[in-house]
Amino acid sequence: MTIRIKKGKKINGIISSVQEMSGVDLSVCFQCKKCTSGCPVSAHSESPPAEIIRRLQLGAGNEILDSDLIWTCASCETCFARCPMRIDTAAVMDALRALAMARGAKVPAGNAPLFNKAFLKTVEIFGRTYDLGMIAAYKIGTSTYLQDTDKFPAMLKKGKIALLPSWDADKKTVKRIFNKTVKTR
Amino acid sequence: MKYTYYPGCSAESTSRDQHTSSKAVAEALGIDFIELKGWSCCGSTPAHQTDRVLAASLSAANLQLAQKAGRDVVVNCASCYSRLKTANHEVSSNPGMRQKVGEAMGGEYDGSVNVRHFIEVLIHDLGLGALQEKLKYSLNGLKVAPYYGCLLVRPREIMGFDDPENPTSMDRLITAMGGESIDWPHKVECCGGGLALTRTDLVISLTDSILSMAEAAGAECIAVACPMCQVNLDMRQLDIERNRGKQYNLPILYITQLLALCLGASREKTGLNKLMVPPEKVTRAVISGVSAAT
Ligand code: SF4
Ligand code: SF4
Repeated sequence: MTIRIKKGKKINGIISSVQEMSGVDLSVCFQCKKCTSGCPVSAHSESPPAEIIRRLQLGAGNEILDSDLIWTCASCETCFARCPMRIDTAAVMDALRALAMARGAKVPAGNAPLFNKAFLKTVEIFGRTYDLGMIAAYKIGTSTYLQDTDKFPAMLKKGKIALLPSWDADKKTVKRIFNKTVKTR
Repeated sequence: MKYTYYPGCSAESTSRDQHTSSKAVAEALGIDFIELKGWSCCGSTPAHQTDRVLAASLSAANLQLAQKAGRDVVVNCASCYSRLKTANHEVSSNPGMRQKVGEAMGGEYDGSVNVRHFIEVLIHDLGLGALQEKLKYSLNGLKVAPYYGCLLVRPREIMGFDDPENPTSMDRLITAMGGESIDWPHKVECCGGGLALTRTDLVISLTDSILSMAEAAGAECIAVACPMCQVNLDMRQLDIERNRGKQYNLPILYITQLLALCLGASREKTGLNKLMVPPEKVTRAVISGVSAAT
């Protein structure tokens, strides 16, 4: 990676928001790159986790929210498990995702934000996930109707996809949680 | 032995077989599962990727609901297990978070309800000796690769029930059932989990490398404890065959399905017909043991 720093430029960027949201102190990262070596998706992403942390330390602004790792990250926690400084990079990724959505970063390949929205919408309505509803909303939004359709009949037959949503959840509490958190922000 | 049982959403869809087989295992072993009434989604990956308070509150609401009964909560799904334990950690270590969660769900929760994985219960509360006494059939030397994936073991600070790099609890269950637990390096690799629909390309590449390692280690099947791992490793074998021309034919079973099989649970509850890759190698091993004994 090449990182250019202008002489005398004051470092601010979005690191303070990231640290506040994740509760992680990024100043202790000394770039050993154990996080990157263990990360299952770093080979498939432009910026591996250690680089994201370095760029944040050096004052990256909103442009870092377009990094593909933010959405290729599988939240596997390997980075956190192996970091000698106990930096929870997985929590940093969560903070970056929230910032990316709030600040209108570009839509990543596969549109994971839409998937998350579709998933959470069914939880908000039914109190539990409803796979068919979620998959339909996601597929309509991304126009990926044909992908995996070959497996649908078998999955339906095997009862691996429920036809109807569940009605037994404490829907009232779940609705309240949505109203008091993501809906009021 | 009584526990409050939290099935989790996938128990009603993708992992119905994990749900029915674990209930059958509990029943056969005299473990009482009392399903949490009114349980709701733990929030899973989409919640924590969206908002920290939302994630902690969705999980905490279930634990608050379970608190009155005063029993430990037992979970099968590795993702639910991780989310519920993380919520406990968040509210008990961070007073600000505890207050926000309380406000969001309209109640108080202090993070004190014990969340246990069923494997943990089997090994630590029941004990392998007591389990073995109840076994009716043996895996008869079947070579099983124990696959733990991510969320069961990481991060150690929160999950804390097995070694995060080389866990052995499933290995011990496999050995107790008379199987051969394969020593292999991909026990805790990531299968891509929640990227299943959004980045199927990545999931195919990650599952391919896990499957090829299991095959190289001589595994005849893989045992899992997580619905996402099961679906990814099982279903993507079709895509790997089509796109990459590799055929593994490795059955992916929940560890509870292997246990249900050895405990003589009904076919319906064991749910082997739910698997995409047919588990004939597994049933053949069990049957060969039975015919050898008679
Ligand atoms: S493992 Fe930790 S210290 Fe090492 S580069 Fe990654 S975040 Fe920095
Ligand atoms: S949590 Fe994300 S960034 Fe960390 S190792 Fe896993 S995929 Fe990579």
